[in-house]
Amino acid sequence: MRELKITPIRNGTVIDHIGNGLALDVLKILGVRELDRDSTVSVALHVRSGKLGWKDIVKVEGVELSPRAVNAIALIAPTATISIIRDYRVREKRAVDLPARIVGVLRCPNPNCISNQPEPLESEFEVAARRPTVLVCAFCERRVTDFVRHLA
Amino acid sequence: MSLRGRDIVSIHDLSRDEITALLASARKMVRAAEGGRAPATLAGKIVAMAFFEPSTRTRLSFESAVQRLGGSCLTIADAGATSLRKGESLYDTIRMLSSYADAIVLRHPNEGSARLAARASDRPVINAGDGAGQHPTQTLLDLATIQERFGTLSGLKVVLLGDLKYGRTVHSLAHALAEFGSEIVLSSPPSLRLPEEHRAELQHRGAKLREEPDLPKAVREADVLYVTRIQKERFPDEGEYREVVGSYRIDAPLLAAAKPRLIVMHPLPRAGEIAAEVDATPHAAYFRQAFLAVPVRMALLSALLGPAGRGR
Ligand SMILES: Nc1ncnc2c1ncn2[C@@H]1O[C@H](COP(=O)(O)OP(=O)(O)O)[C@@H](O)[C@H]1O
Ligand SMILES: [Zn+2]
Repeated sequence: MRELKITPIRNGTVIDHIGNGLALDVLKILGVRELDRDSTVSVALHVRSGKLGWKDIVKVEGVELSPRAVNAIALIAPTATISIIRDYRVREKRAVDLPARIVGVLRCPNPNCISNQPEPLESEFEVAARRPTVLVCAFCERRVTDFVRHLA
Repeated sequence: MSLRGRDIVSIHDLSRDEITALLASARKMVRAAEGGRAPATLAGKIVAMAFFEPSTRTRLSFESAVQRLGGSCLTIADAGATSLRKGESLYDTIRMLSSYADAIVLRHPNEGSARLAARASDRPVINAGDGAGQHPTQTLLDLATIQERFGTLSGLKVVLLGDLKYGRTVHSLAHALAEFGSEIVLSSPPSLRLPEEHRAELQHRGAKLREEPDLPKAVREADVLYVTRIQKERFPDEGEYREVVGSYRIDAPLLAAAKPRLIVMHPLPRAGEIAAEVDATPHAAYFRQAFLAVPVRMALLSALLGPAGRGR
């Protein structure tokens, strides 16, 4: 094992190859929906990386991320990789993958959109473009590019 | 032509060929819409008019279309959505309504409401205006008006005048005209220009598009002059509003230099944008446009609900 910037974790998730400076946004996603209070979260900012030049890393102890959290991370950190650690070893590792539809993760920025009314349906966006990602509301067709501000 | 079971939420839900076929079918409905013999394509069918926002001409022309074709209407014309729904979600209301009717025509103040209704309903939903969003049958009847007068939708010079920023009818009309290969000339005050997003989209689709803020100049070359309402609420102060409205008024002297075949269109109701003296000129097409709402909606309802393979 190569040098670890942060103390090893026994079980949990490592989100690596986060674009430089985006770790705090990733934390925001995790913070709003995933973490149970007992988890330790470590963050490494501005780490040397072959591929990206500089990158950020987030490690969350005791938590395996839900697909929904992974989708949200894919929105703001499309270069990230997610490794599931069990018993100190990397058991699964995959690149985040932006699905064609993003359900429930974001709020529509159009205040008059029906998806912002108390209706029994989740918000829904279609991916209209990649790199950079552009989403379009499946109801009102409003475009969204600023995802952090519109996390549900 | 049959569009059986389809939802019509946006004009983009219809292909160019389907639009052409609907317009042809609408032409055949004109006599029936005037009170002549009509095919009973909606006999035994019930169409729900779910209007959660006030509308007179859209609702009445839909009701007329249904009844001309031998169908009947269930109408919710109560503007106060709350008194009707008692806090019930739109989703539940539509779900319930779709078990009482064969199709639902929806007018609602929230953008995206028709898309939501289409998911809630297993019967066809026709969007009759969702907030500042889409209003596809308005676009169809605009196209029908142009087509009736010129026999074509391509190669024309169409001036879109007035509020090109918020006017939803103008956005979908511009997209449709571009699709059919007419040239679009935009004429608006600087604060009400067509949003960049639409401009880019139109250009991306190869639309012939240009701007001509000088109204008399735009009018001289135009085949169609499409006038929109300029709403007072859009302006920071009364003075600015008056100035803009004054400079976009259509009257007889302005039209004196127009081509003889020019038609003036307006979605109505007008609020002083077109002088009454224009009504008597051969240019006035806005009342014809309002009438064509009926045969166009007859054609659409027949395609959605009529017997499959008939009504072509
Ligand atoms: N037990 C552990 N505790 C904390 N982080 C770990 C652990 N094992 C691996 N990692 C981290 O998980 C990520 C993926 O691991 P690995 O596949 O070995 O590295 P890389 O992606 O750099 O080739 C790396 O950031 C690594 O530092
Ligand atoms: Zn929306």
